[in-house]
Amino acid sequence: MMADLLTVDALTLATAETVLVEDLSFSIGRGERFGLIGESGSGKSLTSLAVLGLLPPAIRATGQVTLDGQAIVGAPERKLRGLRGSVVASVFQEPLTALDPLMPLGRQIALPVRRRLRREGRDSTRTAVRREVHALMDQVRLPDPQRLYDAYPHEVSGGQRQRVAIAMALACQPRLLIADEPTTALDVTTQVEIIRLINTLVEELDIALLFISHDLAVVGQMAERVMVMRNGRAVETGAMQQVLTRPRDAYTRALVTAARRFDHALEGQP
Amino acid sequence: MSRSNARTGKTLTLWLSLVLVGAITLAGVVSFVWTPFALSDMAGGRLEAPNATHWAGTDRLGRDVFTQLMIGARIALIVGAGAVAIGAVIGVITGILAAFATRFLDDALAAFFDILIAFPTLLVAMLVVAAREESSLSTAILALGIGLSPIVGRITRILTKQVLSQDYITAARVCGTSWPVIVIWHILPNIAPFLAVNLALQFGLAVMAEASLSYLGLGAPPPNASWGRMLQEAQGTVYSAPWGAIFPGLALFALVIGINLLADGLRDRFDPSRRSA
Ligand SMILES: Nc1ncnc2c1ncn2[C@@H]1O[C@H](COP(=O)(O)OP(=O)(O)OP(=O)(O)O)[C@@H](O)[C@H]1O
Ligand SMILES: [Mg+2]
Repeated sequence: MMADLLTVDALTLATAETVLVEDLSFSIGRGERFGLIGESGSGKSLTSLAVLGLLPPAIRATGQVTLDGQAIVGAPERKLRGLRGSVVASVFQEPLTALDPLMPLGRQIALPVRRRLRREGRDSTRTAVRREVHALMDQVRLPDPQRLYDAYPHEVSGGQRQRVAIAMALACQPRLLIADEPTTALDVTTQVEIIRLINTLVEELDIALLFISHDLAVVGQMAERVMVMRNGRAVETGAMQQVLTRPRDAYTRALVTAARRFDHALEGQP
Repeated sequence: MSRSNARTGKTLTLWLSLVLVGAITLAGVVSFVWTPFALSDMAGGRLEAPNATHWAGTDRLGRDVFTQLMIGARIALIVGAGAVAIGAVIGVITGILAAFATRFLDDALAAFFDILIAFPTLLVAMLVVAAREESSLSTAILALGIGLSPIVGRITRILTKQVLSQDYITAARVCGTSWPVIVIWHILPNIAPFLAVNLALQFGLAVMAEASLSYLGLGAPPPNASWGRMLQEAQGTVYSAPWGAIFPGLALFALVIGINLLADGLRDRFDPSRRSA
């Protein structure tokens, strides 16, 4: 059997004063969908930044993060940049701020596309890049790619912005996609659409997924396995189904009950 | 209603500023090919009041004041543009470097900017002129450019830091974009609108400082004409022949006001999210 795509082993993240994430261990297999859940401030985003090698300078990491056989913690920026452009990509919570407000949408997707075409030694002329960008825009179901190519972020809807962000992430053909609360800033119908889209794409392209959320109901639709975090520590890790039906930890139990109550409340409505 | 009033007001000021700056630029450009008299032509009577031949009167050597105003406009614009260009190159490079530097170097550069800014631009410029031991057009440009650079450096550093903390920079890094590419494609375009406004204001400052340098006799030497030197030369005759001081004073005022209003107008036009709002 092949080694896991991502292995996190005894990861601890700390500033000079406080420990923010402590002794975290988990792994994600190739093509596997993994959920990370926990309340606000529990260290989910920091964990994902550690995997990307993008921790803020004030935060030090100890332990091991291995991505596609390469060590991340302590690796030089050059090597990390190579990994980021090819092995791992990420989609963020706030689709408006994750896009450059002064750059047309198509060009934002084109930048990583051109880099990948160059790296693969393929035709990277203007037309070739543009063709590839149009294909990506189709893939994330963006309507009217011709027009949206030259549109600015503030001229399209939140859902469309998030689709552009997903297209940017897919542009480098990653093997691991990190989605950090990608639907929190969206309204409910758009949330459902984006979740379906990510699900479909991850399946079609056989990409592993690290899906981060504080909403158990959402993670439940996305992930096969889940890790529950609280105050920077993992309180429970296991198969989604098992965690949902037989939570071992008291905190997880509370989460499950809250999610159930939320579901019932939704069902109770006309 | 009030919103459309505000908009009309803004459009009017923008037009006014364009007229002011445009007229002075035109005078400066035309002065290369035509002036009513030669600059050194002393054929007019001494201290003539404005009349049909000498539209702005003559100075105490009998030279045409309007001719001097036109050439003064050229010098003001050249020195202003040159100084802003030099200040922008030095300031933007050091400002971006500071924003990227390690904590220690960043603090050092920031303190350096603040200390330099605490010196009046004019004083820094005078020191540069003194160091080069001659006053010439290029010395004046260099001196004012160096004097302006810490102001540009400080604002560039702050703007760059703001942009660096944005999610789209992280998003670009996640895609594997290298720092030089991020600087060129994401940082420069995003700081440019704010920087452009600031540079326009610096242009006004440079024009004023050039006049001051010339007033002190440290600006471009004759045969260049400068509004600052015209003011200085008219000092002794300000009661008997006030036009010698009033006209260059007005020209200076018009150019600086025009540039400042233009900077304000630019601020509103540049930002695409506001443009369509
Ligand atoms: N640059 C930083 N320096 C110091 N502490 C930080 C920094 N960034 C985050 N933290 C702290 O680390 C903790 C975890 O933050 P993190 O962003 O990972 O939480 P999260 O689980 O993603 O929460 P949310 O659901 O609100 O996004 C928080 O207490 C936060 O205050
Ligand atoms: Mg977070």
